Amino acid sequence: MKVPESLRYTETHEWVRAEPDGTFAVGITDFAQDTLGELVYVETPDPGRKLAAGESCAVVESVKAAADVYAPVAGEVVARNAALADAPGEVNKDPYGAWLYKLRPAAGASLDALLDAPAYRKAFGIA
Amino acid sequence: MAEGDWDYYRRMRRTPLFDAHRAAGARMVEFAGWEMPLHYGSQIEEHHAVRRSAGVFDISHMLAADIEGGEARAFLRRALANDVARLPPGKALYSCLLAEDGGVLDDLIVYFAGPDRYRAVLNAATAQADLEWLGRRAPAGARIRPRTDLAMLAVQGPRAREQFWAALPEFRSASEDLASFCSMERNESFLARTGYTGEDGFELMLPAGDAPEAWRRLCAAGVRPCGLGARDTLRLEAGMNLYGQDMDASVTPFESGLGWTVALEGGRDFVGRAALERRAAAFQRLGLVLQERAGVLRAHQAVRTARGEGTITSGSFAPTLNASIALARLPAACAPGERVEVAVRDKRLAARLVQPPFVRRGKILV
Repeated sequence: MKVPESLRYTETHEWVRAEPDGTFAVGITDFAQDTLGELVYVETPDPGRKLAAGESCAVVESVKAAADVYAPVAGEVVARNAALADAPGEVNKDPYGAWLYKLRPAAGASLDALLDAPAYRKAFGIA
Repeated sequence: MAEGDWDYYRRMRRTPLFDAHRAAGARMVEFAGWEMPLHYGSQIEEHHAVRRSAGVFDISHMLAADIEGGEARAFLRRALANDVARLPPGKALYSCLLAEDGGVLDDLIVYFAGPDRYRAVLNAATAQADLEWLGRRAPAGARIRPRTDLAMLAVQGPRAREQFWAALPEFRSASEDLASFCSMERNESFLARTGYTGEDGFELMLPAGDAPEAWRRLCAAGVRPCGLGARDTLRLEAGMNLYGQDMDASVTPFESGLGWTVALEGGRDFVGRAALERRAAAFQRLGLVLQERAGVLRAHQAVRTARGEGTITSGSFAPTLNASIALARLPAACAPGERVEVAVRDKRLAARLVQPPFVRRGKILV
């Protein structure tokens, strides 16, 4: 199970990557996609939507289950990965490449409160 | 299941193919007390393999039970809602086992194996209760033998028979002329042209010790191992009910799309008959096709129709249709072609009512 050192993580299995333009890309972890199984539907938030930290803002559905995706920090959605609507399986193939949405963090929002890779691995017993 | 519940693990049962599944990289899940393969990497690819070529399923969690003796026929005519007197030798019959109130206790296939000899295949979750139910009612002249010594494989798909014969040529000559829904025996093995996918193929019962070699030969011949995940989406597309989900003891066969399996002609007295004749069907079973790509239909979602509320009993993504479909329990006045709304998470999505099956022999029918 891959947990890249360069990313931050939430206890609800989102990964977050700080982009060079100051936005944060958000996706679901390898652990999450493996647990859910093959995804058949992905719903991403509309650009412009303002999110509170922890707010449910996207949905991933596999053949067997639906799961909410939460905002890791407060911010405004600036982009969605529209290609996933027709190819939800990309999240299974490349969970850390297939970001779901990008947000511009609200003032004061930072990645520091999120889990780093060792902490995420430890929290979920990932080898 | 609580963490550290070792009793739970000890109670979980494994089929003779457990090691083969693990070696093939299966994701294992609990199903009706059995540790079974969910998939071997991709349940969607396994689904397509069965629609387009051939796949093999371990269905050894299901229980074969032989009903034998001079009174076996009379007993089954009384115990089952369908009539075994319809069967020529070798032929299979799909039937419900009913409670006195007409509710469905199980659905099963019964084969007329030979003179005074029938073989029923029972669902894993209900097998024990079925055996107790049958045992309580069986006369001295009808003996019930649970065949826990047998493993069961289903080989399904347009190329299933051809690949089955390539892997197990000893069955070829005796099964080449086997018609649909018919069975034959060869030594200790029992082969039937039946299945739960909507495709052609065989179901093979064989001594448990012979199962790993048969599995290995089938896989070597190019038959793809398939798990319970693909089995569920295949049967859903084929419009086949899953016991415990699409019907149970609270509904009658007429309320769950199985009215065609109830043989009322001739006045035969079977368990549940009187109740069925009294009890008007409160629901009917119909299929749904989701009209927008905005979620996935799933069991327990509410369906709003022009004629009242209904509920989805099974729903999933259907790989062959590349859309979400469902089976639903709906007001008796609903009809195929009508539009309905389904509550999917916080949205109401449009769906179309259809008469299942959705797919048969590789062809989309809705």
